[in-house]
Amino acid sequence: MTNKLSAGLAALASLGTSPALAAQPVDWQMGFQPAATDIMEQIRSFENYTLWFIVPITLFVLALLVYAMVKFRASANPTPSKTSHNSLIEVIWTLGPVVILLALAIPSFNLLTAQYSPPEADYTVKATGYQWYWGYEYQTENEVSFDSLMLQEADRVAAGKEDVAAYPRLLAVDNEFVVPVGKTVRLLVTAADVLHAFAMPAFGVKMDAVPGRLNETWFKAEVEGMYYGQCSELCGKDHAYMPIAIRVVSQEQFDAWLTAAADDVEAANRNLVAAIEADAKSVDVAANDQN
Amino acid sequence: MAGSTVAHDDHDHMPKGFVRRWMYSTNHKDIGTLYLIFAIIAGIIGGLLSVAMRMELQEPGIQIFHGLAAMVYGFEGDAAIDGGKHMYNVFTTAHGLIMIFFMVMPALIGGFANWMVPIMIGAPDMAFPRMNNISFWLLPPAFILLLLSMFVEGPAGAYGTGGGWTIYPPLSTSGQPGPAMDFAILSLHVAGASSILGAINFITTIFNMRAPGMTLHKMPLFAWSVLITAFLLLLSLPVLAGGITMLLTDRNFGTAFFAPEGGGDPILFQHLFWFFGHPEVYILILPAFGIVSHIISTFSRKPVFGYLGMAYAMVAIGAVGFIVWAHHMYTVGLSLNTQRYFVFATMVIAVPTGVKIFSWIATMWGGSITFRTPMLWAIGFIFLFTVGGVTGVQLANAGLDRAMHDTYYVVAHFHYVLSLGAVFAIFAGWYYWFPKMFGYMYSPMIARTHFWVTFVGVNLVFFPQHFLGLAGMPRRYIDYPDAFAGWNAISSYGSYISGIGVLIFLWGVWEAFSKKRVAGDNPWGEGATTLEWQLSSPPPYHQWEQLPRIK
Repeated sequence: MTNKLSAGLAALASLGTSPALAAQPVDWQMGFQPAATDIMEQIRSFENYTLWFIVPITLFVLALLVYAMVKFRASANPTPSKTSHNSLIEVIWTLGPVVILLALAIPSFNLLTAQYSPPEADYTVKATGYQWYWGYEYQTENEVSFDSLMLQEADRVAAGKEDVAAYPRLLAVDNEFVVPVGKTVRLLVTAADVLHAFAMPAFGVKMDAVPGRLNETWFKAEVEGMYYGQCSELCGKDHAYMPIAIRVVSQEQFDAWLTAAADDVEAANRNLVAAIEADAKSVDVAANDQN
Repeated sequence: MAGSTVAHDDHDHMPKGFVRRWMYSTNHKDIGTLYLIFAIIAGIIGGLLSVAMRMELQEPGIQIFHGLAAMVYGFEGDAAIDGGKHMYNVFTTAHGLIMIFFMVMPALIGGFANWMVPIMIGAPDMAFPRMNNISFWLLPPAFILLLLSMFVEGPAGAYGTGGGWTIYPPLSTSGQPGPAMDFAILSLHVAGASSILGAINFITTIFNMRAPGMTLHKMPLFAWSVLITAFLLLLSLPVLAGGITMLLTDRNFGTAFFAPEGGGDPILFQHLFWFFGHPEVYILILPAFGIVSHIISTFSRKPVFGYLGMAYAMVAIGAVGFIVWAHHMYTVGLSLNTQRYFVFATMVIAVPTGVKIFSWIATMWGGSITFRTPMLWAIGFIFLFTVGGVTGVQLANAGLDRAMHDTYYVVAHFHYVLSLGAVFAIFAGWYYWFPKMFGYMYSPMIARTHFWVTFVGVNLVFFPQHFLGLAGMPRRYIDYPDAFAGWNAISSYGSYISGIGVLIFLWGVWEAFSKKRVAGDNPWGEGATTLEWQLSSPPPYHQWEQLPRIK
């Protein structure tokens, strides 16, 4: 276990510097997945920033408790004081947290505003949650739409997805949601039966899919690769079995895929994978290989 | 302070016979005991459900629930897998509802508040003793309805209601057409009615039956906390009742409050639910605040530091608790400005909460502290509640919550404030008042072992869940990608240790009642200043026949 733990930590540490991205959780991971969008980068740094407050506060409370327990234990301090008021300190511990909260609130509001300030959208895709799979609809000239179901273990070979590191159990799907790198994708999220939620941790995206509503969010993936997320609103017995997989590819690959997908999505996907492999830009699984 | 503490053995009117004493009971202490027994039973059932979930999650893949479904419901083959997946959701749902409505609330409000508030304010009993009786006796049928719901049809071909304790439509309407959901809704209605009646009783008692001289500003903090809790119950539960009634009519009578195909909106239910649900979490924690204040003061042999600040901090928490509900809904598609408002309002709550934490420490400061069992639990409470509190401050930020919402980070957060917060306070109160309520002293050795085993166990369960949440593991999942296996295994081991803690607790109770060590009127010494310590242990069947006078 210690080995695994240190390997996990090493993997984590390396993720900070490596430009290639692991887009899925790794063993013994303790923090956020690496960011593939600017928004997620901002979420990560804001999370780090909050830790600079909450960890010291917790340790401060712990230190005060320990100090009081030692210094004022009955054997060391047999006669208790009768102090039950001190206006100054009460004002301090009311205003102190206010200042800390202000220090948290300002970057927090900036982050929130950034999440709701999308650049001009290059593509619009509608994601629909069903029990228990996702449907994607590209609002392009040649309409492309397909369903994306979890990859069944029995279908791995037929789908050419034997590599469990690249196509992990419960995360891999049959037809990935393909988007071009560096382009803003406007994502419309809805559901057809019960609530679902479209979540992509590496993108900092989470949007509930609500029947009768069309929720809008966006992302702009900066690094090519395969990214995995999972349904994040309880939707029934197969809630854990409707993953989201986004394949971020180059603009040329995307254009070729989009044209081909208008006729035959599965063929388009096969061609796309072949093209990616040919470009020797295989799906990055470095983080997994370390284990 | 008190006028008379003479025992009244010769005219105590204690009813003779088991049924008359316990079933027809109108005595706040007997009803309090009933509530405590009920909470212990419900807590064990709810705890067993959670251990089953942790057993399932110990390793990736489906471990036990297909077998459980086959055993309980008689499914075979692949049907057992599907049945098991739904059964897991039924377990998460039942665990949440049981722990909230049938464990924490009955223990803190029905149990300790019923027992101690009348005594502490110098009242002979609750204002409406017979209403007190029905408040309790509504709970067992409500609990039975919820348990029954696990054995009737939910979604087609499966049993029980698996919509989570939040019972969001459409999963709780069109998603589970069978009668299981109706059972659960009716259970909530009955439990809610029980709580509303209890709340009315507490408000009336505290406002009208305080002993001469006990102004509100001299009232013990536990009574303050119960008063505020009662107001939260009274104002929030009717909203839940309305919401789930709409759910019921959507399900059975063709209305479309939450059905978009009929012009309704599922999000409306979430607003109604959380307008109740957020005050509800303060309902669970405020009485805990009150108990901890008493224990810290007693074992530091010092009066509570900043009494008025403590009381009004709770008032502030209760009031602000009503205007922050949509921080549970940051990802449903709220507008930017709505989210900004709820971020701001939510952060405000950290201020009075901070006042309370610092005031508890200041109460210890300069004191003469003895580390008897209740004090261990109370100090554990302060630290663990702080951990849960600071992650709450993180989650308050909508921008950051985007990445944490519906992950195990949230699960870790609310278990730190409730399972490690409220539950630690329940055990603190149990060990504090046990000698008073039952007249016997428990074995401190067993009680301390219970504390340390539980402390290690629950931290092992929930601390790793922070990591799982950050890494992206969504909550309410029966199975997870293999990368999450490590921390899940640790978390499961912790749950077994906590389970052993519960066994130690029960052993301690059994040991105390079998050894019958007489506790005496006040086992805690001069630090215990509230009125209950001036009575005998256990107190006379009717106390304060001559009202105590407060200077």
